[in-house]
Amino acid sequence: MRRQWRSVRGVIAVAAAGALAASGCAPGGGSGGNGGGGALDGVELQVAAKWTGVEQENFEKVLDAFEKDTGAKVSYESTGEDTGAYLGPKIEAGEAPDVAILPQPGLLAEYAGKDALVPLEGDAAKALDDNYSDYWKELGSVEGEPYGILIKAAHKSIVWYRPDAFDEAGVEAPATWKDLTGEVSGTLSDAGITPFAMCGASGWTLTDWFENVYLSQAGPEKYDQLVAHEIKWTDPSVVKALETLADVWGEKTMMAGGAKGAVQTDFPTCVTQVYGQQKAAMVMEADFVAASVAEAGSTVGEDALTFPFPAVGDDAPVVVGGDIAAGMSEKKGTQELLAYLASPEAGTTWAGLGGYLSANSEVEAGAYADKTTKDLAQTILDAGDNVRYDLSDQVPSAFGGTEGKGMWAALQDYLRDPGDAKGTAEALEKSAAAADS
Amino acid sequence: MATTGDPADAPERGAGAAGAAATGGSGRLGPPSWLAAVFLLPALVFLGAYMVYPIVFSVYRSLWDADGLVFVGLGNYAAMFASESTFIALRNNVVWLVVAPTLVTVVGLLFAVLTERIRWSTAFKIVVFMPMAISFLASGVIFRLVYEQDPDRGMANAVITSVRDTVAPAASYPDARPRPESPLAEADGGGLALGEPASAGDTVLLPLVGVPNDTLPDGTEKAAEPEAKDGAVTGTVWLDFTRGGGGTEGDLDGAETGLPAMEVQAVRDGEVAATTTTRADGTFTLDGVGGGAYEIRLSARNFTEPYNGVTWLGPALITPSIIGAYLWVWAGFAMVLIAAGLAAIPREALEAARVDGGTEWQVFRRVTVPLLSPVLLVVFVTLMIYVLKIFDLVFIIAPGSVQSDANVLALEMWRVSFGGANDQGLGSALAVFLLLLVIPAMIFQIRRFRQENS
Repeated sequence: MRRQWRSVRGVIAVAAAGALAASGCAPGGGSGGNGGGGALDGVELQVAAKWTGVEQENFEKVLDAFEKDTGAKVSYESTGEDTGAYLGPKIEAGEAPDVAILPQPGLLAEYAGKDALVPLEGDAAKALDDNYSDYWKELGSVEGEPYGILIKAAHKSIVWYRPDAFDEAGVEAPATWKDLTGEVSGTLSDAGITPFAMCGASGWTLTDWFENVYLSQAGPEKYDQLVAHEIKWTDPSVVKALETLADVWGEKTMMAGGAKGAVQTDFPTCVTQVYGQQKAAMVMEADFVAASVAEAGSTVGEDALTFPFPAVGDDAPVVVGGDIAAGMSEKKGTQELLAYLASPEAGTTWAGLGGYLSANSEVEAGAYADKTTKDLAQTILDAGDNVRYDLSDQVPSAFGGTEGKGMWAALQDYLRDPGDAKGTAEALEKSAAAADS
Repeated sequence: MATTGDPADAPERGAGAAGAAATGGSGRLGPPSWLAAVFLLPALVFLGAYMVYPIVFSVYRSLWDADGLVFVGLGNYAAMFASESTFIALRNNVVWLVVAPTLVTVVGLLFAVLTERIRWSTAFKIVVFMPMAISFLASGVIFRLVYEQDPDRGMANAVITSVRDTVAPAASYPDARPRPESPLAEADGGGLALGEPASAGDTVLLPLVGVPNDTLPDGTEKAAEPEAKDGAVTGTVWLDFTRGGGGTEGDLDGAETGLPAMEVQAVRDGEVAATTTTRADGTFTLDGVGGGAYEIRLSARNFTEPYNGVTWLGPALITPSIIGAYLWVWAGFAMVLIAAGLAAIPREALEAARVDGGTEWQVFRRVTVPLLSPVLLVVFVTLMIYVLKIFDLVFIIAPGSVQSDANVLALEMWRVSFGGANDQGLGSALAVFLLLLVIPAMIFQIRRFRQENS
């Protein structure tokens, strides 16, 4: 009893000493910042994004550089998974953060419509002009006015595979869709290895399949028209893309668990099927699969490799998702911070920390820490103006981002029974039209 | 009934001032009414802020559009009843309402009656009641795993498939298949047959692919060339795939493995003339064939698909599956309430029935259940109210792809309001609709309380 008390007391003493030391340090640290001669001394800014854990730490390190240069104090707040649900009430209460990092362009348009955003000005607007291609500029604009900067990209045109499975079957990473669905998948299944694990229960993974096939097959112009709903979903190009998907989706032997199993497997489970249970050889999803690969006990770059989504049409597709930074207050420093986030310096710092991919054309491939990311960044830079943002994140979320509805549900039904591409296209058109109204 | 002037009633009156104010018109023995109001104020404020205001606001909000800017009147209600998903949700709610409370009450009754007679009844009751201590969310996560299709992950299918496999063991080569250009093709009676007939003295090659290396039986050897033998058909069944690629299709390339324990038959006119199984190197000898040509067949038994278990989380079974999880959570609750009721039943009634020569079933049917009926009714109606607002179990157990098949009103309300479309106007309309559905059960419950207290 006594001993216990003593040890508790010891802890308290140590904690108190720590607190003293910390408070003692604070003024010194502050004056150190002043030494930098920043233009924004005493300015306090708030940034909100959905990142937590390592992603948050890395972002804060990027912010540190800004603090050092300008003397401003930037505090970070995590919005949790649902950024829209976090920001909505904050905006209504007039307590929005100075800079918000939005996971979808849809939110950008919504907030701009509510006058909750401040357009990019001065250095920030210039940084966007200098460092980003036209497509990204347009993506961050609402009615011609630039609001947002895509500061962190997610590469969605990747196929992850298990090299030991490929070695056993004696196949190489394919360059075309025909090779992928023909020789590579055929040989794998001859060898008794199921080619694909599907994540059908997570509808968004199916939209990524469709987007890649469509972008490569129909081309970027049609892709943009489909995003804007200028062409209907019943367009022959959509039907053709769906029929192409049936090369994989229609073959029971292609997918772990057959069509039934494919529709029931949700997102991280399908990664486990490949890297943990070794039930399949490939899984098609974005770069962020890396986290689930590590959880399943494999190492990216060693027993978990990637190849770019193969070309269905003339060019291989590069579909990118990502987070868009936008200013939400007129406060001094907001525009400076946005300008910094759009700069190649911020991107290069971030790239060196890992777990990051930039859409900034001035961030060189050499800046990335590991080879896998370097290769991915290179594909984005190579694709140049043909890179496209995730379609399902650009259409109204009632159509492109709702569990059990719209695009998710239509594609899940198609995966269950890929007999009727036309019927699926009609179902897509019906819910797209409903979401527009 | 409270009679004025009974001193024992006085303290109760002080506490329940509302009752006193309402019924005490005849004599003014209680405190002044303004004091009653003061005492009631905290409760009223609390009720107002947390009950009445949200309800009123929901009704108000349901008359406005998604952004809350345009007044749409009853438009949201029209949209609600025009939408197909509302009807699926409503249908599932009806299924829930009919099945779940009945099932839980019956199981609770069984448990309560049976535990009365066992020695470790308290321990048993604690175990059955334990799921109530787990949050619905955690129960949902547990059952999501239990119902997983893959028998390696889902417990329900693990049990079913292991029972089934002991009864009817799966074949060794369910995935084996011929290449499209191979001489083997689907046979009429199932299995695979060689296109060319063979007769005694011939050797045949039967190449197959699609067998995972790690599923080959122990002791499998490299495939060997068949040796011709007089009076018999000989051949080799082997895995025509060279590890790491290479090799010629349809040829024995040296590095390829045989497929042992494969059943081979010689068939003529639909009659099986000879049967044998392959050796460790994949070779076989069909002795005892006479003259003439035979069809060489790999029997269907070799390729029986393993039983994959039940698709619990598929569109057809999802609602029953979730009701199963619900039963697991609530059976303990029903059991405890019914057991309490059971303890209050006069023993004499039961004993009298037994003395009169009633069987145990008759005693249960004619005496126990009628005496318990008030308790059963309370349990049943309480469960009905809970079932109507069921949300968490459905939300967690149903995978995204079948969520619209498992949909219930409370989930639909959430999905419409926050699940992407963010139409809180329509969501409020659904909330109001749900409230209207719960009200009859509530009125019933309140009436019963009143009757009991009087």
